[in-house]
Amino acid sequence: MEKLIEQFSFGLFFWQLLLFIAVLLLLRKFAWKPILDAVEDRESGIKDALAAAENAKKEMQNVTADSERLLQEARVEREAMIKEAREMKEKIVADAKDLAQAEADKMIKQAQVAIESEKKAAVADIKNEVATLSLEIAEKVIKGQFSDKAKQMKLVEDMIGDIKLN
Amino acid sequence: MHGFFETDILSDMQKPFYVKVLLVVTLLLGINAFAQEKDHSSSEEKGSLKTEIKEFIGHHLLDSHDFTLFTIDEENNEHVGFPLPVIIWDDGLKVFSSSKFHHGESVAEVDGNYYALYHGKIVKTDAEGTINYDEDHHATNVKPLDFSITKNVVFIFLVSALMLFLFARMAKSYKTSALPKGIGRLLEPIVLYIRDDIAIPNIGEKHYKKYMSYLLTVFFFIWIINLLGLTPLGVNVTNNIAVTFALAILTYLITTFTANKNYWKHIFWMPDVPVFMKIVLAPIELLGTFIKPFSLMIRLYANITAGHVVLMSILGMMFIFKNWIGSPLSFGLAFALSLLELLVAALQAYIFTMLSALYFGSAVEEHHDH
Repeated sequence: MEKLIEQFSFGLFFWQLLLFIAVLLLLRKFAWKPILDAVEDRESGIKDALAAAENAKKEMQNVTADSERLLQEARVEREAMIKEAREMKEKIVADAKDLAQAEADKMIKQAQVAIESEKKAAVADIKNEVATLSLEIAEKVIKGQFSDKAKQMKLVEDMIGDIKLN
Repeated sequence: MHGFFETDILSDMQKPFYVKVLLVVTLLLGINAFAQEKDHSSSEEKGSLKTEIKEFIGHHLLDSHDFTLFTIDEENNEHVGFPLPVIIWDDGLKVFSSSKFHHGESVAEVDGNYYALYHGKIVKTDAEGTINYDEDHHATNVKPLDFSITKNVVFIFLVSALMLFLFARMAKSYKTSALPKGIGRLLEPIVLYIRDDIAIPNIGEKHYKKYMSYLLTVFFFIWIINLLGLTPLGVNVTNNIAVTFALAILTYLITTFTANKNYWKHIFWMPDVPVFMKIVLAPIELLGTFIKPFSLMIRLYANITAGHVVLMSILGMMFIFKNWIGSPLSFGLAFALSLLELLVAALQAYIFTMLSALYFGSAVEEHHDH
């Protein structure tokens, strides 16, 4: 220890302190600050770039998910539309059928009614005709019968002869 | 492959001016062998090899006033290196070249005063360089305030310049692209490690920013200077208590001046303990605030010193054994230890930074109910 103190060189201490502080200040200004700033800038740049890439990836995923969802929705909608159309078609066809049936039934009924009335009218006509004809025949027969007097007399005689006085 | 080399050479030629200047200066300094003085007084008995090694290690651990790369001839005082400026305050500022000391062999005369080197320290002497001793064999000569640009100061300066160069360049590369280029690729993970694994967990997300400059500077400073200590240049700065003291005192000052109310409350009036304990704990806690940076200082100093002493001792053993088994063995051991020291260099920088961050964290910790 004593030797150490004896060996202690104040001059060396002075120069070391002076030069070290000088080099420290110079390095701080011309080296450490620019170096550390540059490194920090670079690091924050890398960090930002990574974050941006991460964001872009997330966004991309979102977009993909969105488009997937849209596609799914579109598919569902299409299916629904097709289904609806099919139903509508069936309904229209069924309606048309019903309507046609009803119309046909109505027409048939009308035809039947018409036929009936025609028939009735015809029967009535025929009846009238028959009556007229019968009357005319009867008239003619009667007329014929009455034109031959002898015969009339004979008939009357026959009839009288049949009549037995009871 | 051919084309690659061509472009490489081309880019070499296009290197900026300062690189060329630096190269030229390095080369010039490297071959400047000097101080080829004859040693007149060889009366000194040459010690045994062991003492010599011990002395060499001791010398290596000390700071020095000249930049000696290696010694060619100890006897003739032939060294390869260059002198450094000596700045002392002794009734006025005195500046002269350390070549005047001739590696401690002679007395330097400046403005009528005489100075000599005594165990690496500048002392004031007379013209003959007499050292006076007291009864405990301590030199009683006057020691002027020494602000010399020593070998360690040169290295502190070089490391500071290197750091400024490297990190300013790295900072510049961010202006053109978000990713670092060149050396920044190596340094950025370390910077981020200090931020994410030292500063943020210990100080907290909210306050860590204001301490980042200090933590980064202190980490790279200690690490680089520790690594340079392992090079054959043989300069180890962090094994100087003055250096680690300067670093530790900065940690202490930053902790003290950025501390919040909660920190002081925990020192002087510890909550949730009886009043008697509060009174007992206050001086202990206060002492603790000094012990913390003190331990930082000692830890770094002791680790690096111990590493160097052990490594050099093992290297020295090579010269003592001088046989086919011992020397390769000590070489292998030294090699393994060098690898370990590489780890220690980074580890000590990490520990210093980590503990500093921990102390800063306690200084800005928010009050929360226990």
